[in-house]
Amino acid sequence: MKALVFERNLPRFAASRIASALAGSGHGVAVGPLELLEVDPPTLPGSGWVRLEPRLAGICGSDLATLDGRSSRYFEHLVSFPFVPGHEVVGDVRGGTLDGRRAVLEPVLGCEARGINPPCAACASGRKGGCERIAFGALAPGLQTGYCTDTGGGWSTGLVAHESQLHEVPADLSDEAAVMVEPAACAVHAACSTAPPSGASVVVLGAGTLGLCTTAALRHFCLPGTLVVAAKHPDQRRLAGELGADHVVEPDEVVRAARRLAGTLALGRQAGRIERLAGGVDVVYDCVGSPQSIEQSLAVVRPGGDIVLVGMPGTTKVDLAPLWQREVRLRGAYAYGAEERPDGARSTFDLAFELVRASRLERLVSAAYPIERFEEAVAHAAAAGRRGSVKIVFDLRRKSRGRTPNEEAE
Amino acid sequence: MSPRPGFVLEVDRSTPQTLFWRGEGFGLERLPVGSRVIYGPEPLPALKDPDAAIRHALDHPLGDSAPLRSLLHGGMKLTIAFDDISLPLPPMKSPDVRQRVIEAVLDLAAQAGVDDVILIAALALHRRMTDDELRHALGTRVFDAFAPHGLLLQHDAEDPSELVHLGQTEEGEDVELNKRAVESDLLVYVNINLVAMDGGHKSVATGLASYKSLKHHHNVRTMRASKSFMDRHHSQLHTSNWRMGKLIAQAGVKIFQIETTLNTDTFPPEMRFLQRREWEWTARDRASFYASSKALDRTPPELARRIFHSVKAPHDLTSVQAGEVGAVHDETLEHVFRQQLVPVEGQTDILTMGLPYICPYNVNSIMNPILVACLGLGYFFNLYRGRPLVREGGVVIMSHPTPWAFNPVHHPSYIDFFEQVLAETTDLLEIEAKYETAFATDPWYIHLYRTSYAYHGVHPFYMWYWCAHALEHVSKVIIVGGDRAAVRRLGFSPASTLADALEMASDVVGRDPSITHLHTPPLLIADVQ
Repeated sequence: MKALVFERNLPRFAASRIASALAGSGHGVAVGPLELLEVDPPTLPGSGWVRLEPRLAGICGSDLATLDGRSSRYFEHLVSFPFVPGHEVVGDVRGGTLDGRRAVLEPVLGCEARGINPPCAACASGRKGGCERIAFGALAPGLQTGYCTDTGGGWSTGLVAHESQLHEVPADLSDEAAVMVEPAACAVHAACSTAPPSGASVVVLGAGTLGLCTTAALRHFCLPGTLVVAAKHPDQRRLAGELGADHVVEPDEVVRAARRLAGTLALGRQAGRIERLAGGVDVVYDCVGSPQSIEQSLAVVRPGGDIVLVGMPGTTKVDLAPLWQREVRLRGAYAYGAEERPDGARSTFDLAFELVRASRLERLVSAAYPIERFEEAVAHAAAAGRRGSVKIVFDLRRKSRGRTPNEEAE
Repeated sequence: MSPRPGFVLEVDRSTPQTLFWRGEGFGLERLPVGSRVIYGPEPLPALKDPDAAIRHALDHPLGDSAPLRSLLHGGMKLTIAFDDISLPLPPMKSPDVRQRVIEAVLDLAAQAGVDDVILIAALALHRRMTDDELRHALGTRVFDAFAPHGLLLQHDAEDPSELVHLGQTEEGEDVELNKRAVESDLLVYVNINLVAMDGGHKSVATGLASYKSLKHHHNVRTMRASKSFMDRHHSQLHTSNWRMGKLIAQAGVKIFQIETTLNTDTFPPEMRFLQRREWEWTARDRASFYASSKALDRTPPELARRIFHSVKAPHDLTSVQAGEVGAVHDETLEHVFRQQLVPVEGQTDILTMGLPYICPYNVNSIMNPILVACLGLGYFFNLYRGRPLVREGGVVIMSHPTPWAFNPVHHPSYIDFFEQVLAETTDLLEIEAKYETAFATDPWYIHLYRTSYAYHGVHPFYMWYWCAHALEHVSKVIIVGGDRAAVRRLGFSPASTLADALEMASDVVGRDPSITHLHTPPLLIADVQ
């Protein structure tokens, strides 16, 4: 079978890091440790495991960070090499109770998938994203499918999945909609785990896949008073408005927009030039995860407010004095599991399916590439915003190796 | 030789190219044959002895006012309010006419033994003046005598303890004014009447008022019904101010109005070609034009801005009148019209105008896109009496670089207005209903207005409303040479050249439109028959 394999190869890793640093994200893939290879299908690790033949597999921001060599060293102990990337997957199930059906992969490799019994406290409570055993058990370390050497990943024609990881896709839901369920689940978890109080002022930084899904999730599951989204590119701005933003602003306008929204005073070295707000908005969802976005979050959140890190950060130098002095809560939002809703606990993925349907998130799938053109696909994903795109996917459907209607339209 | 009156030139094949201002620069454009160019009257001669004229006016007041010296006495409370940095344009060479008048008033006050005197810059919702600007307007002697002792104030429309509500007019308009001015035994107001819009009851009722008061006439409905601002009897803006003036008088506020008019000698000798008719340019004028326009093309915008804003106009005093507000203002208008009025036969399909680097609200600052719109559509479009120069449904073409640039100290709320409000809608009534109150009451804007040098939070709204009459009247507005994104944000159409703009206008006015160019500055008022 064909698979894009990411090897532990330090010279190529360094070359990728240098190339992406010099030429921009996505440019390191040609010299990096990712290769298209013919490999044996992964072995089924045990009972309860089935094969999954991907139809579509998305390229995520965390994948790009890995390919660029920008990922935090924190993950060193949470991955195993070589691995096949790809954790946003919709595919056909081969074996088990869902044999022959389409399913979306919930990629976290928690206690159940790892054969650990009794499960850790997080898994026992349904909060799989917080699993404490992701480097232990019957599988090699790997926080998710797509980072574990034993499971394979979505950027291939075959992987293995534990049945507990699979969510059947209703017949009327397109592959494009289904592949958006995993990123939507991340956004649902961000919105529900730190839900803004009713009527709260909210800022979402970033309008890539995560920012747009978070915007949609906040509008669908929460009752924010006013929702401001910072979006860099025209199509992102249009989509943010369509998905529920009250105001969409340029990234360099967000501090002023937040000040206006909060009706607060502001501070700066010169009157009229704002560096940070005296008050601020209630909640900031940082869907970028860069040092600049974290600084900006701290500049616009009110004392006692919340910052939710939705985008994956790395090693970051940030002045935390405002966090301390203003008693701001900084919280991560990773993955999924179960969310507390007014009608009780609900699976994040169930809520994500609901969101994808309600907000028609399949519109975010902008282009699909055959796996053989992975360098183009990654370059496109890295420049998605500039090119008027959002989600770039690999199209692994056997009968379709050409460009999809979405891609043709682009 | 007496100065020549205004003139309407019809462009023919031999007509030289016409000067168009483009912000901090200018150029020559060839207008189509048959176009008209309106030139203002030449500058009227200066009063030979302006100080004597001022003293004479104070001793021989108009209307039912007594001479100023008889209104002054020991133990009284005297307040002298004066126009702020927005007048005159460009700022005039020293001595500023405010200095001359205020020194004369203070001389009389001193003779009468008045020792409770306060000077107030009548800012309304404009930014505060810097010490240098105050020193220039008032002269060093007055500034040093008052400022260090806290006797030179700037009106603060957001200080409730320094405002007093006098009541409502018969139309329900609140009149809330500066407390010190109202509670004085005599309020002397010193005007510079650069255009016909200035002065009269608008001086006190606007210059010393609060937002609560100003919003009754600075709104879309009133602006649309002011046709034009230069024609008091057809301007709802003025009608409202006159109602307020009546209430102010009924409340017992005693005002001694001093109004001054200036000639249109706008530029210093080395830039004099800018106010001459092109076919009369001398070889030296042509050389000055080419040298300065080429140099400006290569000058960074910020430096060009600094150069232009250092220009001091040689304006001379052409009249001064004092006494009762209405009588004084009627006389003032005669002088303004004598200097600026140009009879024009009929309207035009396309009105072109070159917008200079300065308007009342960007002295020593950046002409941001909202001010570009206001200067073109709020001020220049309204430089008419009778009917607008451009016909209803016609096109206005303005030339200005319209940079997406703001002075964050002077215009903080403008940035937000441009980024948020105009990004959502350019509709005047929607903007007024949805956003005005929030901006007007925003504590940060109020803080900056009171403590820094910021225009009030509501000011960009007023600038946009100022365009209301024009926006309702014309079908299309085109800006030549402007930043495309900024021009589009304003809701206008960008064009690279005048020829392109005329081509674009043909969609609205057909292939053979009449074209009229407003050749200003220097200022003029078209008396459209």
